[in-house]
Amino acid sequence: MNLEPVIGLEVHVELATKTKMFCGCPTSFGASPNTQVCPVCLGMPGVLPVINKEAVKLAIKTALALNCKINLFTRFDRKNYYYPDLPKNYQISQQYLPLGVEGWLEISLKEGSKKVRIHNLHLEEDAGKNLHLEGTDYSLVDLNRAGIPLIEIVTYPDMRTLEEVEVFMNTLREILIYIGASDCRMEEGHLRFEANVSLRPKGSKTLGPKVEMKNLNSFKMVLNALKYEIERQSKVIQRGGKVVQETRLWDSERGISLPMRYKEEAQDYRYFPEPDLPPLDLPPEWIEEIRQELPELPQERRKRLKEKWGLTPQEADLLVGEKELGDFFDECIKIYPHPKSICSWLLGPVLRELRERKISLKESPLTPEYLVSISKMVEEEKITQTNAKFCLYEVFQTKKAPEKIIEEKGWIQVSDKGELEGIVDKVIEENPKPVEDYRRGKTQALGFLIGRVMRLTGGKANPKVVRELLQEKLK
Amino acid sequence: MKEIFHLPAHKISKLLHKREISVEGLVKSVLERIEEKEKEIRAFITIEREKILEEARELDKRFSKREELPRWAGIPIAIKDNICTQGMLTTCGSKILSNFYPPYDATVIRKIKKEGLLIIGKTNMDEFAMGSSTENSYFGPTHNPWDLRRVPGGSSGGSAAAVISGETILSLGSDTGGSIRQPASFCGVVGLKPTYGSVSRYGLVAFASSLDQIGPITKDVLDAYFLFHIIKGRDSQDSTSLPQTSLEENLKGEVKGTKIGLPKEYFTPGVDKEVKRWVEESFKVFQTLGAELIEISLPHTEFAVAAYYIIAPSEASSNLARYDGVHYGYRTVSPREKGEENPVVEMYEKTRQEGFGEEVKRRIMLGTYALSAGYFEAYYLKAQKVRTLIKRDFEEAFQTCEVILTPVSPTPPFLIGEKIKDPLKMYLSDIFTIPVNLAGLPAVSIPCGFTEEGLPIGLQLIGRPLEEVKLLQVAFAFQEATDFHKRRPL
Repeated sequence: MNLEPVIGLEVHVELATKTKMFCGCPTSFGASPNTQVCPVCLGMPGVLPVINKEAVKLAIKTALALNCKINLFTRFDRKNYYYPDLPKNYQISQQYLPLGVEGWLEISLKEGSKKVRIHNLHLEEDAGKNLHLEGTDYSLVDLNRAGIPLIEIVTYPDMRTLEEVEVFMNTLREILIYIGASDCRMEEGHLRFEANVSLRPKGSKTLGPKVEMKNLNSFKMVLNALKYEIERQSKVIQRGGKVVQETRLWDSERGISLPMRYKEEAQDYRYFPEPDLPPLDLPPEWIEEIRQELPELPQERRKRLKEKWGLTPQEADLLVGEKELGDFFDECIKIYPHPKSICSWLLGPVLRELRERKISLKESPLTPEYLVSISKMVEEEKITQTNAKFCLYEVFQTKKAPEKIIEEKGWIQVSDKGELEGIVDKVIEENPKPVEDYRRGKTQALGFLIGRVMRLTGGKANPKVVRELLQEKLK
Repeated sequence: MKEIFHLPAHKISKLLHKREISVEGLVKSVLERIEEKEKEIRAFITIEREKILEEARELDKRFSKREELPRWAGIPIAIKDNICTQGMLTTCGSKILSNFYPPYDATVIRKIKKEGLLIIGKTNMDEFAMGSSTENSYFGPTHNPWDLRRVPGGSSGGSAAAVISGETILSLGSDTGGSIRQPASFCGVVGLKPTYGSVSRYGLVAFASSLDQIGPITKDVLDAYFLFHIIKGRDSQDSTSLPQTSLEENLKGEVKGTKIGLPKEYFTPGVDKEVKRWVEESFKVFQTLGAELIEISLPHTEFAVAAYYIIAPSEASSNLARYDGVHYGYRTVSPREKGEENPVVEMYEKTRQEGFGEEVKRRIMLGTYALSAGYFEAYYLKAQKVRTLIKRDFEEAFQTCEVILTPVSPTPPFLIGEKIKDPLKMYLSDIFTIPVNLAGLPAVSIPCGFTEEGLPIGLQLIGRPLEEVKLLQVAFAFQEATDFHKRRPL
C-alpha cells in the first residue's frame, strides 16, 4: 500500500518583547533562577494580570504576515491544569476568540509553491521550568520564564512530506525574524513545536487516527520525530494493525517516541473566559497602522532582488537570509543604484570583515554612505581596487570616512599621463631585460613593468593608464 | 474622654486635629477595648498591638510639629484578612494560607497608608470569603456583639463585629455575594459595596473575580462615604477597574423628589416578619422626607442564586488552584504513601485535602464540575446568560427610579450552628444581595431597626453604576432622620 503522511504543526513562538505578558518583569535570557519575577508572575494571592500592548502588537503583526483574519473582538481564557512550573495552575491563553484565524503561509518547493493554511494564531503566557538535579529526590522550579509572551500558531494538516515541513519551519522562522516578532534563537527555546501526523492511502480523502508529538525543541527534533513516527505508523499499518490515536513524547536521546500515560493525556482544561481581563476591542485603525508597518517579507524581497536588480538566486538568498544585509543593500541602492557592485562588496569584503571581527553590520562603523562612496570611487577610477579594499579595512579599523582615509593615505589614483610619463620612462630605462622580452612578443613582461610603476607610485597610479603608456612607448 | 472607640472617624479626626486627644490615646483606647471584648467576640485573626502603638507615637510627633497631615491620619482601621498587607499575616481564614506573609501591599492598603490610617489588625472571615456567617473560618467563628450566641454574618463578619463593638474605628471588607452588606446588617453598621470596578481589586485574594469588590464597613454613612473616596479609583494594576470621577462633596441628605423603587420580588412571604416590618417602616421615613416610592419589578430575581452558585464557584475553582503547596502557604507534612506513583500529585492532593475547609472544597468541586467538558455550556454559559438578564432587569428598573430599596437579609442574625449543616439554607440568606453583585451595581446596607430581642436589621439601597454619591446621599438622609446608627451593644 502506498501511504501518504498528513502532517500539521503547532508552533510556540516566544515574542521579542522587553517585558512579560502580564507584568513588568524583564524577559532576558540566562539570568539566575527566580531573579526576574514579581508577585504577578509568581502567581501570589491577590495579584492581577495587565496585558502587554507590545505583545498584542507583535502577535497582530505575525497574524497579518501569515495572512490571518484578525478577530477585532478578542479575549483571553484560562486553561486550567496543575504543574509546578505553572504558578497559578492555570495558563492565560486564548481558546474561544483567538487573535488571528484562517491564514496561510506560502512555501517554495522544488516542484513549485504551496500554501499551508493556518487554523489560528493566539497569544498566551509561557510557563517556568522544572529542574531535576541528578541524584536528588526533589525538583526545583525556575520561574524566570513564567509569563513571557508566546504566540501559538496552529496549522491545518496540510503538509505531506518532511521536505514541506522543513521548508515551512524555515520560511516561518525567516518571517518572524523579518517582522521583529521573535529573535528565533533556538538554543534559548524561542521556537518550540508540537507535530501531529497520520497516514492514509495515497489519494484517500479521509484522515487516519492522528498521533500528537510533544516536546520538539528544534527543527532537527521535529524532522527526526516525524520520520520515526511515519515509519512506526506505516509498519503498524503494513502489518495490518491499527494506529492508536494518542499523544507521544519524543525522546531525542534514544531517538524514539513513547506514548504519554493515559492520565496525563486525558486532560480537561476547563477553559473559561479570564475574568480578570476585559475583552479587547481592537480598533481597526490600529490594525491598519500595524499592517503599514509590516516590512517587505522575505519572499517578496527575494523576488524583487532577482527581478528588479538582476541578482542571481544565490546572491538574493544570501541578502534575504540575513535581513540586516538586505536592508543595508536597499539603503545603498537608494543612493547609488549599482546593484552588482554593491552586492559583490557586501557579500565579499564586507562579510569577511564582519566575520573576522565577529560583529554584526549594526555594530560595525560601516554605513551605506561609506560603502557607496568606496564603490563609487572604484567605479570612477579614483582609487584602485586594491586600495579600495584597504580603505574598507581602515573604515572598520578607524571608523573614519573613506574620503578622509584616502586623502590621508594619499591613495588618490593618478591617471594623468604627463604625471606618469617620467616614472614610466624611468622604469623602461632601468629594466632593459623585460623591455627586450616584451618587444620580442613575451606579453607577460608587461605585467612586470606595470608592477614596477605601481610600486614606484606607491600604488596610486591608474594601472590602465600605465598599461596604455607602456604599450605606446614600447611599440 | 470615655468610649472614644465608639465614635465615628469623622468626629475623632476633628479631635485629633484640634489636639484634644492624641493618636496614642486613641489607639490605646481601642486596644483596651479589644482586651476587654475580643475574648468573647473573636473578630480578629491578627492584632498588631506594638506596631500600631509605634506608628501612633510617630504620628503624634508629627502632629505636635504642626505638620500638615491628611484628614484621617491616625484613625485605626481593621482589614479583612483577604486583603494583602506587606509583611503582615494574610490568611483568608484558611489553614492553607495560615503562614502567608504577602510580599506586597494591595492597592487599597497603599491608599489608606498614604492617608495616614493605621492598621490595627486583620479580621476574621469565612474561609476565602465563602460563607454568610464567619463560621467557615479555620480560626473559629466570630460572635455577634449584640448576642454572642449568634453569627455576625459573613463573610466579612470580623470586620463588621469589630466596628460595632468598638474594637476598631473603621474597617474594610469584601463583597462577592453580600459579604459586606449582610454582616453590616447583622451587626448594625454601615456597609458599602461599590460598583464593580470602582475600587481596585489588586491585592484582594480572589474568590470570584467578576464579582469581588472591596468596600468600607463603618459606624455611619459619613465614614463610609469618606473611606470610599480614599480607596476608589482606576488602578493601572487592575484592568477591570473603572475611572471613578465622583467628587467628594458634602452629603446633604436631600431626598425630596427622589424616586425610590421597591421591587415586588424582594418583599415575599419568605422574609422574616420583623425584618419586613422595619423595612416597611423605612418607607414612611422616606415618604416624610419627600421621596417618591414606586413599585418596580426585577423579574429574573428568582434565578439569581442559582446563577451565582455556578459563576462564583467556577471562577473560584480556578482562582484557588494556586494553593497547591508548591510555592507558598501550607504544604502537607503527611508521609508519602506506598503505591502512589506521582509524588507531586500526591502532595497536591494531601495539601489541598488538609488545607481547605469543607465549604471551600464543596465550591471548588461545584465549579470544577460546571466548567468540565460537556457541562460548560449547560451550566457556565447558561448562568452567564441569566446574569445578563438580571443586569437588564436593573437597567430597566433604573429607567423609572434612581435608587432601589430592599431588605439586606431575609432574617435577623441567626444562631451559631443553625445553618452550618445546611448549605442550601445558608446560600439563601444572600438572596437579596447576590443580584447586585451579578449586575455589578453599588449598594449600601444601613441599620433600619431592631428586633424585639434587640438584634439589628438592615435595609439595602441599590444605586446605578458609579452613582455611589447619589446612593449615599439617600442613605445619609435616612440616617439623619433616624438614630439606629447610634446604638451600641454593651
